[in-house]
Amino acid sequence: MDNAIQVENLTYDYPGSEESPTIQVFEGLNLEIAEGSFVAVLGHNGCGKSTLAKHFNAILLPTGGSVHVYGLDTQDEKLLLQIRQQVGMVFQNPDNQIVSNVVEEDVAFAPENLGVPPAEIRARVDEALKLVGMYQYRTHAPHLLSGGQKQRIAIAGVIAMRPRCIVLDEPTAMLDPQGRREVLATISRLNHENKITVVLITHHMPEAVLADRVVVMTDGGILADGTPKEVFSQVELLKAAGLTVPETTMLLYQLRRQGYDLPLDALSVEECAQTLRRFLAEA
Amino acid sequence: MLKDITLGQYFPGNTPVHRLDPRTKLILVVVYIVALFSAGGVVSYAVVLAALAAVVVLSKIKLKVIAKSMKPLLFIIVLTGLLNLFYSQGTPLVSFWIFTITREGVFNAVFMILRISMLITGTFMLTYTTSPIALTDGLEKLLNPLKRIRVPVHELAMMMCIALRFIPTLIEETDKIMNAQKARGADFETGSLMQRAKALIPILVPLFISSFRRADELAVAMECRCYHGGDGRTRLKELVYQTMDYVTLIGGVVFLAGVIALGHFGL
Repeated sequence: MDNAIQVENLTYDYPGSEESPTIQVFEGLNLEIAEGSFVAVLGHNGCGKSTLAKHFNAILLPTGGSVHVYGLDTQDEKLLLQIRQQVGMVFQNPDNQIVSNVVEEDVAFAPENLGVPPAEIRARVDEALKLVGMYQYRTHAPHLLSGGQKQRIAIAGVIAMRPRCIVLDEPTAMLDPQGRREVLATISRLNHENKITVVLITHHMPEAVLADRVVVMTDGGILADGTPKEVFSQVELLKAAGLTVPETTMLLYQLRRQGYDLPLDALSVEECAQTLRRFLAEA
Repeated sequence: MLKDITLGQYFPGNTPVHRLDPRTKLILVVVYIVALFSAGGVVSYAVVLAALAAVVVLSKIKLKVIAKSMKPLLFIIVLTGLLNLFYSQGTPLVSFWIFTITREGVFNAVFMILRISMLITGTFMLTYTTSPIALTDGLEKLLNPLKRIRVPVHELAMMMCIALRFIPTLIEETDKIMNAQKARGADFETGSLMQRAKALIPILVPLFISSFRRADELAVAMECRCYHGGDGRTRLKELVYQTMDYVTLIGGVVFLAGVIALGHFGL
């Protein structure tokens, strides 16, 4: 099966000016994202994860190497709309992604751009709004909604294109805990029930746990890649990259350092509690 | 304070006024303004006022909302009224000190206040009952012939739509910046006019910077949603003239002719 996104030997130069020289962000980065998977990309600020995300739908074009989206080369300008339709993108600030004063008209924006017939747009808008659980708000004004609701509208606006993959660039960074939960639940549901490939860029560890694969980036390279359990067990590596690990892993890690032989791969509180109980029962 | 601004706001609803085609409403507003300025007597004013009242009642927009939107313009309305009251020539009614109030002055003042209030209410009815997208769509369709002489009609319509969308966001942002500056001891309420104007700089600079950042992010987000100009775009709600629109337009023309005729006879 084709990969959803295939990045080969990617380099990208941020154009410099007289005072600041050109900055090369990646040094031949390779990454594949499988169709239908849920990948979390982690990294501290300025490690290039947003720059990488912008390559996934041809907002930025590689300086060297190539990015293929469902077999389509992002360098090919003729394929631009096709690529952007297949890979939807959601950004950090929901306010800056919403173009209309009415929720349903905003969701209709992308299909309108694609030239979809009106009756079909109606169907897509209703479907997208139901998927994110915002159907009852379809005639509301976005600025009167909460942050989490606005972000779900932004997701619906992308879903209405019927993309096969959604890239979310820190979609919860500006939200309160309630909004964060809403958005994450929506993303997980889209991945599990609608089989949409999800790339979630974040620096929140608990969010990365939801994914079935975690890619850790540091200074333009990939530091670790694997299931959340595999990645988060590498506590020293993550700490060296300036990242924190989930609290549960941290607890087990600290205990281990005290000389208790505990496994590190407990990601939820329940799992952690069970690991500890089993350990105590054995001891 | 800033939250009270209702300029360009839309109140969703499902009344006959809301359902009219935006093009019909745009044309009607022009018709209404022409009629308002052609009105020259008590009868013609009453006719225009009745038409406006009918629209307000039909649209189910609350009088409170209209009153609120008039508030920022109250000063101009009152000033115009007073100027007309004191500066009209004619038969004197009362006079004291250097002021003379004439019969014509009273008439002019009343009519002027009525005219401005009706003008504002009438145009606000358009934005209150028409969603910005429908409004810009209507404008785009109406101005479409101008595309032939290379007027970027779609771009202008899109800009207007985004501007309307961001009014509440920017008002909120201004409020936040003002509070942040106040928290650091900025004073916007006292001092001479010059000082107060200067005090606005620390508000405007961050507001502009953040607006540019917003514009940049919005542009990228729009590109991500396949925006590529007006070519080949379809609409969720295609504008189609209904029987109601034709009836309303004919009604509008009759109304305008009536008012002009009445004005001609000085009524």
